[in-house]
This record gives sequence, C-alpha cells and structure tokens, in this order.
Amino acid sequence: MTKKTTPIGAVAVIGGGITGVQASLDLADMGFRVYLLEKSPTIGGVMAQLDKTFPTNDCSMCILSPKLVDCARHENITLHTLVDVQSLEGEPGNFTLRAVQKPRYVDLEKCTSCGSCEDVCPVSLPNAFEYGLVKRKAIYKPFPQAIPNAYVIDKEGDGKHRGCVDCMRCVKECKSGAINHEQKPEELTLQVGAVILAAGSVPFDPVVKPEFGYRRYQNVMTSVEFERVLSASGPFQGKILRPSDQQHPTKIAWVHCVGSRDAAVNHEYCSAMCCMYTAKEAVIAKEHAADIEPTVFYIDVRSYGKDFDKYITRAKEQHNVRYVRSRISEITEDPTTKDLLITYEDDAGELKKERFHLVVLSVGLCGAGEQKHELLEKLGLQANEFGFLQTRLEEPVVIRPGVFAAGSLVEPQAIPESVMQASAAAANAAALLKDARGTLVTEKQYPPERDVSSEEPRIGVFVCHCGINIGGYVDVPAVVKATQALPNVIVVEPNVYTCSEDTQKKIVDAIRTHQLNRIIVAACTPRTHEPLFQKSLREAGLNPYLLEMTNIREQCSWVHMDEPLSATEKAKELIAMTVAKTRFLQPIQEAEIPVTQKALVIGGGIAGMTAALSLADQGYDTVLVEKESCLGGYLQKVYYTVDGLDVAAVLKQTVAQVQQHPRITVHTCAQVTSLKGYVGNYESEITTAQGTVSFAHGVVVVAVGADEYKPRSYHYGKNPRVLTQSELECWLSTCTSQDIQKTETFVMIQCVESRDDKRPYCSRICCMQAVKNALKIKELNPRAEVFILYRDLMTYGFKEKYYKQARENGVVFLQYDAEKKPEIEAKDRGNLIVKVHEPMLGELLKIPVDHLILSTGLQPNPDNPAIGKLLKVPVNDDGFFLEAHVKLRPVDFSTRGVFVAGNCHLPKFISESIYQGQAAAARAATILCQSTLKAEPNIACVDEELCSGCGVCLTVCPYNAIDRVTKESDGKSVSHASINEGLCQGCGTCVSACPSHAIQQRGFKDKQILPMIEEMCST
Amino acid sequence: MSEDKKEQKKEPFEPKIVGFLCNWCSYAGADLAGTSRIQYPPNIRIIRVMCSGSVDSMYILRALLEGADGVFVGGCHPGDCHYIDGNYKARRRMVLLQNILETLRLEKERVWLRWISASEGQKFADTMNEMTAAIKKLGPNPMAKHWDL
Repeated sequence: MTKKTTPIGAVAVIGGGITGVQASLDLADMGFRVYLLEKSPTIGGVMAQLDKTFPTNDCSMCILSPKLVDCARHENITLHTLVDVQSLEGEPGNFTLRAVQKPRYVDLEKCTSCGSCEDVCPVSLPNAFEYGLVKRKAIYKPFPQAIPNAYVIDKEGDGKHRGCVDCMRCVKECKSGAINHEQKPEELTLQVGAVILAAGSVPFDPVVKPEFGYRRYQNVMTSVEFERVLSASGPFQGKILRPSDQQHPTKIAWVHCVGSRDAAVNHEYCSAMCCMYTAKEAVIAKEHAADIEPTVFYIDVRSYGKDFDKYITRAKEQHNVRYVRSRISEITEDPTTKDLLITYEDDAGELKKERFHLVVLSVGLCGAGEQKHELLEKLGLQANEFGFLQTRLEEPVVIRPGVFAAGSLVEPQAIPESVMQASAAAANAAALLKDARGTLVTEKQYPPERDVSSEEPRIGVFVCHCGINIGGYVDVPAVVKATQALPNVIVVEPNVYTCSEDTQKKIVDAIRTHQLNRIIVAACTPRTHEPLFQKSLREAGLNPYLLEMTNIREQCSWVHMDEPLSATEKAKELIAMTVAKTRFLQPIQEAEIPVTQKALVIGGGIAGMTAALSLADQGYDTVLVEKESCLGGYLQKVYYTVDGLDVAAVLKQTVAQVQQHPRITVHTCAQVTSLKGYVGNYESEITTAQGTVSFAHGVVVVAVGADEYKPRSYHYGKNPRVLTQSELECWLSTCTSQDIQKTETFVMIQCVESRDDKRPYCSRICCMQAVKNALKIKELNPRAEVFILYRDLMTYGFKEKYYKQARENGVVFLQYDAEKKPEIEAKDRGNLIVKVHEPMLGELLKIPVDHLILSTGLQPNPDNPAIGKLLKVPVNDDGFFLEAHVKLRPVDFSTRGVFVAGNCHLPKFISESIYQGQAAAARAATILCQSTLKAEPNIACVDEELCSGCGVCLTVCPYNAIDRVTKESDGKSVSHASINEGLCQGCGTCVSACPSHAIQQRGFKDKQILPMIEEMCST
Repeated sequence: MSEDKKEQKKEPFEPKIVGFLCNWCSYAGADLAGTSRIQYPPNIRIIRVMCSGSVDSMYILRALLEGADGVFVGGCHPGDCHYIDGNYKARRRMVLLQNILETLRLEKERVWLRWISASEGQKFADTMNEMTAAIKKLGPNPMAKHWDL
C-alpha cells in the first residue's frame, strides 16, 4: 500500500567532501531538495587540503572552490555542518533521518568572518587542517575559503590540548554579536526519499609503523602534511621548509606504500592514488625550488589512469625525479643534523645508505570501518574485510534500496572516480524519486537587473594572487598600481583567492558601494571560472555579461615562471587590453529555448546500456544505437571475473531490462549518420538495415567502447601457442579438462606494445586480466606453472588482494624493465622459449612454454575521431575521448549536452563502466529535467540600418540561423538579414563575412575587440 | 613613462604578437600549456574569440597597421571545429589576406594560422617558440615605422 504513495523529493547527502558536494549539486540541478550533512565545521573534505591535483597540476582549491560556492548559493541545497547522524528509519522513498546539530557557538547569519575574535582569543592549539604544523585559536575558521564562511568555537580541544576557556573576550570583541557561548545541541529531523553516504576515509597514521620514525624524527612527515607545506596558504606559505630547523631541504625522499599493501597493519589493499600524488608532490616541489633533488622509493608505479603514464615519464625525464625500486624497511636519524638515513637495495642488488634532509611518507587511506565508526554503527552497515563500505560490482553505488554510497568510503580511489560515483549515486536516487522530482524545489531569485545603459563605465578590477600560483611570479601589487591608472577604473582589489566565497561577497559589496557597472577578474581561465563570477554580478543586480576575465595565470605566471618581470609586464598589458574592451561591454539577454526531454545513447555495451536504463528509469525516453547486431559490447568477451561476478547473468539481465523498458528504443546494426542542432535540440539520423529514422533529442551520451589490441610482435598470429589475454580467457572457459591438464607452462607478458612510444598509455585492466586468468589456470590445473612477466603490477584498490592470492597459489611474478623486454626463441614444432632478464636475480631466465599469453590492453574505437567530429567533441592523442576536466568533470564534454561513459573514455573495469554510465545519465538529466534552457549569449545581431541585405551571411552560417526579411520602408521594399536567436550558436562566422560590418557578435563586437588591439599596440 | 618603455624595447627586439585563439581548441590548448607549466616566450597577447572563423581580416590588418609585429590565429584542427567548419572559412580568408599583405609589402610570414587542439598544450608552446623566433628574424614590422612618421 505504502508503495503507491508519492516519494519525498528530497535527498540527504552525508559527507561534504568533493563526493558529497558533487552528488548534492547534481541532485539539486535535477530538481530535488538536498540536505548536505557534514560532521566538521566546513565542507570541502580532503580535496580542500591538497595543493595541486594530478595529472594536470591544477590548483586543487581553485577547481574545488567554485563547487563549494555553488553549494552554498544553491537554492535547493540546505547545508548543515557540525552534524552527527543518529538514525535512519523508514523505507525507500520515505525515510526519517535523525541527527544532532552540534553547537557552533557562532551565528552563521551574523558572522562576517572579519577575524577580530581570533585576534583576542588567548587559547592556541594545533591546527588540524594544517595537520598540526601550525597552531590556531580556539575560535577559528578552518581555512580561508571555508564554507560556510564563518568562525567556529572549539570547546573540546583535541585530547592533549584544551579548547575554549570561556573567557568571553571574543563576545566583547565581536561587533556583529554573532557569538553565543550558550548554544546547545539541537535535534535535526529530516524527511527524505533517499540517502547518499559520502563520508570518505582518513589518511593512514604511520605512528603504528615505528620503523619509519614518524613523530620520533622531526623531518619525517606524511604526504598529506607535505601537501600543506606545498600550499601557498599552508603553514610555510608555499616555501619548502623542513620542520626541525625551518631550513630549505634539497634532498627529499618519498617512501611509497606506507600503510598500503602491508599485511603488518592489515592493509592488504592498494590505496590507488598514492603513486600519482607522490609524483605530483615531487614535481611541484621541484617547481617551487629548482634545487630540490627528489627521490622516490617504490614497489610498483601504478600509473593506471588517463595520462598517468605520461605524467610519470615527464616527472622522470623533465623534472629529474629519481625513481628507485626498493621497499624501505627502516629510516634512521642523524641526531646532530636531524637528517635522515635510508638504507635501500639498488638495481644491482647492493645495499646503499643515503642521506636525505626530509622524508615524506606516501600514506594510504583507512576505511571508515577500521575503527569504531559512528555512522556505520548507527546505520547498521557492515564494512568489508578492509574496513570499507564495499558495494556489489553490478550495482557499484547501491548499499540497499534507497541508500547509496560513493567516494572513498567505498574503496580507496582518486577524485575522478569519486566524482563519477557521486553523480551515479545521484542518478540512482533520482530514478527512485522520479515521481517527486520538482516538488520541493524553489527557483533562485536574483535581484532585478540595474539598467546601466545611461551610466559611464565604472570598472572594478579584482586581481587574484591565486595563492602563489600567480603571486609567486607576477608582482601583483605592481599590477594593481598600474591598473588603477587606467581610464574608467574605479576600484582595483587584490585577493589571495578571488574564487573564495568571501571574495564573492566582496565583489557584490564593491559593486553596490562604488556603483560599479563593469567587472574584471584578472585570475585564471574563463573556461572554468567565468560562471562563478557571473553569478556574483547577478547577485549584485548586474547583468552577468558585464564581466570579463583576464587570464594572468595560464597565460602569464604559469608559462613565464623564469621571467617574472616579463610575466608582470604581460599581466599589466593583458589587463589594460581587457579594460579597453570592458568599457564597451553591454548587457546581454539570452533567449529561452525549449528542451526536447529525450536522450540518445551511442553504444550498446555495458556503459551505454546502463546510461540508457538510468535515463529511462528517471523518466526520459531514450534511443540506444548499437553498431553490432546485438547488445553487450566488450562484455560479451568477458567470461568470468576474479571476484566471482556472474558476467553472463549480468549481461543477460541488463540486455533484457533494456529491451523490455517501455522508454527505451534499441536500434542494432545501426549508426548515427547525421547529428544536427545543439544542446536541448538535437536532430539525429540513425541508419539501420531497414532504412533511416530520425530522432529529436536534447542530449547525447557517447559510450562506443574499445577493443583488445591485436599485437604484431612475439609471433602472434603465426604461432597458435601465442594468444592474447581475452583469447586465453575464451579458451579457458571452453577447453576440455584434458586440454588444460596437458598444458604445463603458461607465460604471460604484460604491456605488450603498450606503455611505449606508440601507445603511451596504460590500459588499466590487463594486469588484473593476467591475475584473473592465472588464478583460473591454477584452479583448473594446480600443477600448471604460470609466470607473469610485468613492468608495474596495476592491481589498485582491493584488486591487490587477488595479486596476493595469485602469489600464494604459486603464480610466479617476474619484473622486467621497459628497456629489456622479454624475447622469444622459436624451437622445432612450434615450441617456444621465453627469455627474460630478471633484475633482482640479475640473470637471464629461459622458460620453455606451452602457451605464451600477451597482455596488450585495449585500443580505442577507430570510429572515435569520426564520432568526435559528428558530436563536436575532442579525442586525445591516444584516441580516447577527452572530457571537459579530468578531475571534476569526468563525464562531461566542454560541448554542452554531450556526455561520455565507458571504455571510450579510458579502459576500465565493469563496475567502473557501470557507475560512469549512471554518472553520464545524471549529468544528462540535469539538462533534460528543464523545460527550457538559456540560449547562447554570444549570438549575432544585425544593425538593420547598415545591412544591405546582400545575403553573404546566409551562405556562411553553419546553422541556417539567418533569414533575409523584406520590409516596406518609404514606399520601397528593403531587405536585411535577421538572426534566429534559437538557432544561432554564436560562432561569429557571419560577422567576419559581412562586407558592411552590419552583423556583430554580442560580447565580441568590433568596438570591443578593436580597442584591445589598439591598447596592445600602443604600449 | 611610455617613452622610457619604448627606449627599453628598442634593444633587443622583442616582437609584439597578437593572438586570436578560438575558445574551444586553441585557447584551451594555451590553458593546458599553462596547467602543464610549459614555458614559452612572453611575446603573445591573447584575445579570445569563439571561433577562428570569426576573426575578421580587418582585425589582422588593423593589428599590423597599429604596429603589431605578428598576428597569430589559432583554430581547431580541420574537421574538429566546434561550429562545423569555421576553421575552413578562416583558412580560406587567410589565403586571400596573404595577397593583401603582399600589396602592403608586408611579409606574409607575419601572419600565422595554426590548428591547435585542446589537448595540445605542448604544441601551443612549441608554436609560440617558433613564431617568436621567426618574427625576431624578420625584424620589426615596417608598417609600424611608417605610421610613427
């Protein structure tokens, strides 16, 4: 009976790290109310503590901050910090969540974040955000960009140090009366339809590994602490100093796998991201100070993600990061210098002792369930053997109906995986609550726009230090001074981080106080940050298109690091050019365009099918196009997985669900032959054996998969004993027990024609394929000998367990160097001998084999470039689709309305394809749930007085968005061009073709561009 | 103050290059050069446009007449244009422009059109190195002198 009632259109998201933030934003944009519950005083999680992110070296705070500000500003997100969840009762669609709202002792509404309370507070205790490297007061703001942007009082302290002493000095000091020491805990009861758990995980504390000397030796620190050392807003303002003497260390060592892959601390899993962040820390440290000599002690370099291998190569070759393959067993200290001594075995097997000024321990993650975890306990959830809240492979973000999980609570993982899982969890919640979509949301109301048409330009310029990203190379005070002298510039303000929430308030205040009517933000690229600042203009009652950005980071500080004087001059000139343009900016009103609330999914593999199911379950009609005659894609070549997933059953069930779903239409043996239109309004032609059908839709998900690479080396194709991994898998699944009993020796070679100059990427799945097939061989024939010749074994996360299992079952793992690849010798009757140089033994091993198995990885679909052209989305150098942002927009393209999932994005495992398919569906649904979208702002407009009606523009317009209209004027009929605002995409081609300059592009008019050129040439 | 600056700039010759980069490919490629910290000479001043096809020949001529020593136009690779074929139109326009440059007795090597994708940060930096070196070799824009009179 209760099932018939409408569910509640609200979702509780527990945990305010990047995972919780992404899930909240997606759900709020899909038409649901969101309660974002965070245990600490601020959202942002671990990502807020990181300096840079790999593999792009983006500033972590800079890419996170806009999302945090969006959360704080979103009409449909209610943020509760300092919340302890107590219980969850009810059923899917209708839960009651009870929590305790702990006192902040500071009124969020009243606190202006001025900081005067902090100045008078007499209590000082270790700053947990800075991992205790510096102190903070009992009343504090966790970090400058904290959201909510308000202070908090620490009454409890940290066990060793006392918190607030109730001296009440802060109360006297606070001008806005925001402090209330009498606040009591309050009960919080929420009615929600679904819950998303995103409570994250904690870094490993190496105190339990005394051999590394952490906390005993001052100059041994963890990698998370070192992130703070690197950070411009960290304890040393981005200067690399070591704790013992605050001196600059030059010889720095990183030790991999501290608290990971370690049975001694019961962490027999890989923490999945440490190899990459270590490389990043070494590279960034070197960027901060060129005299640093970084050394990395490693077991394997697990560079299994997109562009990770290239990053490691760059670290080694361009940044001279020294990699030493050696497991470190002990670190000792020289008590006089406080230097550290590391003993290791070099390539030749000789023991060496080396002195370092600083040692960084690359620590892994600990599962929430490892220690008593209140949330899991109160919700009655079971952690897996490693303490994580593991999910099932075929439903990677589902805990139980209505309760979803995402992020490093589930498994150790990096940011993109967490973000994808967050969106996937949002898609699952949205499907469950589809009937309640839009019932509890409100629309954001901005103040009415001020008419600035009759005002003289009054420009405000905000110059960003971006920590030291800009300020470390560009002389910001000098830039500010030069900018102040420019015409129409009223205010110039430098900011540490212009994207932080308090700066948004400053911008809004400055607009109001100084009656500004044009704004310039001189900071980073408009491609990522323009929307954030445009919203600030709207909040201040200005048209958002009265904003311009000057990119003094990507175009100055980051590319002219060795020439700070030139970088500064260039920054001044670029800002002057922007001022010249900004003086002539005009408000733009976008047209509203209707959205066709239907989706097209290209590719019927597991990613595409999952995306289609998720969209259909959310209530959107979806067409699924598959090139082959049946659905399933690469999954049809997978016979078993190492963790016992019944692949055939999953495939069968998914195909059946897709085929029976009333909202899904499947076209097999079909291809999308034409695609016209733009976000919200696409028109596709799908060509099948039966003919061509056309389909109108609002979004596209591309999930066209990848296939196993067929090698040219090692006698493949010539000798029947040489197989690829997937051919072996097929053989193992179909061979008779006699066949397998006869076969005695298998040798598997990893990275065949992979991770080399021609295919410089890691295919992520092949190491696990080898381990899986080796275990299968051992299961079928325990006497068989299996050798796996590998470079780095990429069994990340819980997959490490199976690597161990394989070793225990007698599979022999031999490591080889990329420079000394294994060779084969063919004997009579097709017998083969594999020769491999084993560096540990220092010998050439010769292994006669029955079967030689080549791990070749996946190669991108050869159709990708053509599909990319059709959809107007880019493909990277390796042939995989290039997403909008590797960290935070892993399923989006820069092109609005097009999304990506599965192996065509990069090779991945089944569960990863499933959650990415759901994530693409979630992101697509943020568009489909709207009935109208705002059209492109930068469209063309015609000056009818100047237009002669020649029609040149009609012939060049790629969208047929221009018509020639004829009017009667003074008894004569005159014609002129007319722009269809819904169709115009704002390319500006017509503008440059117009012989009489009668067509102009909004935001890029001649009178806006030419002053930039004049300004530039005048200096 | 500006006089002093001119004095400084006379030696050695540092060319002034204006760059029109399309939002979707080349501008993103320049961004990637930035996030990858690939260093290149500081001579270019970038003006973001939505498409290389929107770069009016008049902008390029104006820049040269105003004294820019070189003009760079960056677009998506052939076939990759975000707006279907704007880059082809840019290419055609460039051929016509070369003729005009000849009549002005300007070296056509002062105006470059290159395809740089969003993933080609290195190529963007390489191109900046090449172009700066090439313009240095050509020497200052003679038109600039002409207008100074």
